[in-house]
Amino acid sequence: MITLTSPHRTRYHDLPAGFKLASLCVLTVFLFSIDSLAVHLSAVAGIGFLYALGGSRFVRAGVRGLLPLWPFVAVLAVWHAITGSLITGIGIAAKLLAAVGLANLVTMTTRLDDILGVVRKLTLPFFRFGIRTGGLDLAVALVVRFTPSLLRKGQSLATAWRARSCKRTNWRIMVPLTLSAIDDAERVAEAIRARRGS
Amino acid sequence: MGARNRFAERDIALIALFAALVAALGLVPSLMLASGVPITAQSLGIMLCGTVLGSVRGFAAAGLFVLLVAMGLPLLAGGRGGLGLFVSPSAGFLIGFPVAAFSIGWIVERARSVNAFWAAAGGAVAGGVVVLYAFGIAGMALSLEKSLGEASLLALPFIPGDILKAILAGFITMSLARMRPDSVLSRRNRHFKR
Repeated sequence: MITLTSPHRTRYHDLPAGFKLASLCVLTVFLFSIDSLAVHLSAVAGIGFLYALGGSRFVRAGVRGLLPLWPFVAVLAVWHAITGSLITGIGIAAKLLAAVGLANLVTMTTRLDDILGVVRKLTLPFFRFGIRTGGLDLAVALVVRFTPSLLRKGQSLATAWRARSCKRTNWRIMVPLTLSAIDDAERVAEAIRARRGS
Repeated sequence: MGARNRFAERDIALIALFAALVAALGLVPSLMLASGVPITAQSLGIMLCGTVLGSVRGFAAAGLFVLLVAMGLPLLAGGRGGLGLFVSPSAGFLIGFPVAAFSIGWIVERARSVNAFWAAAGGAVAGGVVVLYAFGIAGMALSLEKSLGEASLLALPFIPGDILKAILAGFITMSLARMRPDSVLSRRNRHFKR
């Protein structure tokens, strides 16, 4: 499965994942606690500069990552234009762009297994409270393995439906799809048991 | 020990496969509405986590899905993923997924004497609409600096679609309960549960 980590290598890729995630937390809290248009606009400019250091391909990928924000920016623009507080709207949009841009920067430059390593460390204290976290790696691997497989099964069920009926495929294929997920889970559990010899 | 391990392995497999089901449902074509959150079958998957797996496993499946999205897998509707979503206006919905699945499962587990459709559909409306939207609206209000009432206006267009999905979750759970009663873990007797 393709992750959102940028294949275009930058200097940020070499920074430790824990450091990047901790910095992201601190900076996001800072951005949301400050109510200053100048700070938010400076943050957008600063984060834009960080992207620019990664090269033009990296900047293009960063801009693509911000595209899902446009409906919210549009809603803010219309809302604040109507209420006559456009400057406030620009401030909120700048804060959103800066926070999402920074978070995307961390996602784009941190490998999945590095983030999983941080999650593993963070979940260690849960052991003390009797919560098992050892299955996390296995569960992550199973999701990555079975998402495309379930998607293919859904497409096969839809094709079979269309071959037998002139009506459009509808929610009813969810029943066999859910059953196939349960059956796959039973088979996987059986395989893990067999491998462990229990 | 054998029995303990068997349940642990089965639990992990079920949790992972339902997280994969939620992910697969987000990759089918979606409809984008005005405030930017696409309407997909993904929230139906979250509802099924609760109605089929029950509260704890449902919470874990939805939580695993959210964790993978945070870790940068593009599993959310429209191929979205990454940490940016957790500071965007739709963050409340994402963070609310595990809580919604837990609430749905909790209600279905306590309504074993009620018909499977009504238990699942009622649970899905309460957890998948009321609880989820409470998180989603609070998230939008915080990030867009709007009041809860104003943020509710932005969320309003999605509610009919999600109520429809809750009804579908009821039908799907009822079909599963009829075809293979043991597969609906939320409605199995307590002595079958770990």
